[in-house]
Amino acid sequence: MNRYFCHLTGLCLLAQTALLGSALAEDFIIVQSTTSTQNSGLYDALLPEFKEMSGIEVRVVAVGTGQAIKNATNCDGDVLLVHAKSSEEKFVADGYGLTRSDVMYNDFVIVGPASDPAGIAGRNDIALALQKIAETKAAFASRGDDSGTHKKELSLWNSAGIDGPAASGSWYRETGSGMGATLNVGIGMDAYVMTDRATWIAFGNKGNHTIVVEGDPAMFNQYGIVDISPDRCPNVKTDLADQFIDWILSSNGQDAIAAYQRDGQQLFFPNAK
Amino acid sequence: MQDIQAAFLAAFNLIVSLDADLFEIVGLSLTVTLSAVAISCLLGFPLGALLAISRFPGRGMIVVFISSLMGLPPVVVGLTVYLFLSSAGPLGSWQMLYTPTAMIIAQTLLVTPIVAALTRQIIEDLNGEYSELLRSMSARRRDILSTLLWDARYSLITASLAGMGRALAEVGAVMIVGGNINHVTRVMTTAIALETSKGELALALGLGIILVLLSISINAALMSLRTNMERFAYA
Repeated sequence: MNRYFCHLTGLCLLAQTALLGSALAEDFIIVQSTTSTQNSGLYDALLPEFKEMSGIEVRVVAVGTGQAIKNATNCDGDVLLVHAKSSEEKFVADGYGLTRSDVMYNDFVIVGPASDPAGIAGRNDIALALQKIAETKAAFASRGDDSGTHKKELSLWNSAGIDGPAASGSWYRETGSGMGATLNVGIGMDAYVMTDRATWIAFGNKGNHTIVVEGDPAMFNQYGIVDISPDRCPNVKTDLADQFIDWILSSNGQDAIAAYQRDGQQLFFPNAK
Repeated sequence: MQDIQAAFLAAFNLIVSLDADLFEIVGLSLTVTLSAVAISCLLGFPLGALLAISRFPGRGMIVVFISSLMGLPPVVVGLTVYLFLSSAGPLGSWQMLYTPTAMIIAQTLLVTPIVAALTRQIIEDLNGEYSELLRSMSARRRDILSTLLWDARYSLITASLAGMGRALAEVGAVMIVGGNINHVTRVMTTAIALETSKGELALALGLGIILVLLSISINAALMSLRTNMERFAYA
């Protein structure tokens, strides 16, 4: 018996060493990021171009903005690329980040079932639309996960003068999961969902949901990038991280973002200063 | 229904086109899971056997404890390993977070209790049959252990398969400590979770079908190994 398992372990340890060896041999950075940028395929378009130019491998950990910031606060990353400006600024003010820069934007939209129970299709006033949803008690699926999208949604309910989360469990349903999972749930229960446009365009399971509310300036969605401070996190690879940030803010990086399309639509609009 | 048909088609296409990304992901899944199971067996077999033949105060409590660890939620194990391996954690200087090694550690913690608990039961049953004989030979403890483990080897394969099933199927732990990084720590289960979150349900289920096929192949291979060994042993 031992013979078989030693054999097995020996092989596995070898394979493992090979894996680790290859990981250490290359220059890489870890980017703590939001799910929308990964699920929409943006990184698959951007990162190979950057790697070819710089030789730096970018490893993306895609989680909600809340978790991404928490992980970065634990020094488990070199760069933070998320979409919750006030949280990013707090991250810098608290000394975890060096500088925060605008990278790109798109917008949030409300998607809903074709039956449109709240009668809000075609509107561009988000406050009014949310009021109608609350009034008709139409099902609304919320992320409920402290992500950038969730924070934005809460602020929109707040501006509309409605305490949506107070109805949690009845028509307001918190999934406590990522954007894609929440869309799957919302489509399954014919609920309205607020999502960033990039995730929606790239989403493969739209069911009979369509965009019902869009175009309100309040639904602007800004993405920012922050390099993590070596004062707080001595292991951080500031040099490599800044090369990546400089590139994404450069005209090359910004052009690459603008060039990325799905179904003939541009998903992110570069706006670095 | 359409999605289910599309899933089988997606699985078929991925397999026949020898998709490079798929092979990379399957390879990493196997490396992580088999390493974790192998380490778990090295720890769990002796630990379980020792518990089976020893009598000491508090033994019952340890047996209950290890058995209940079989039900550890992977997310909890993932979170614990994350907190230890995080740069802010006690083992942060190892720089192991978001590597396959971190995933192996998490899965080893999940699988070892399963292997140990099942081994304890198997060896205890066998010891019931052997104890008089072994005592009459006044065998040393070490020899008793190795004799029992060797004679129980076919049943222990089943114990290791139970552990492997757990490791191959879990997503919660490897997602947190591996980070599902493309070409680095993406395995079958995290890829399925990712495709689900992209709404690519057919592709997600297609990957699931491939994972099941993989699991069947491994089980079949070990089972036939067991049958062949038995035939050889009793021929």
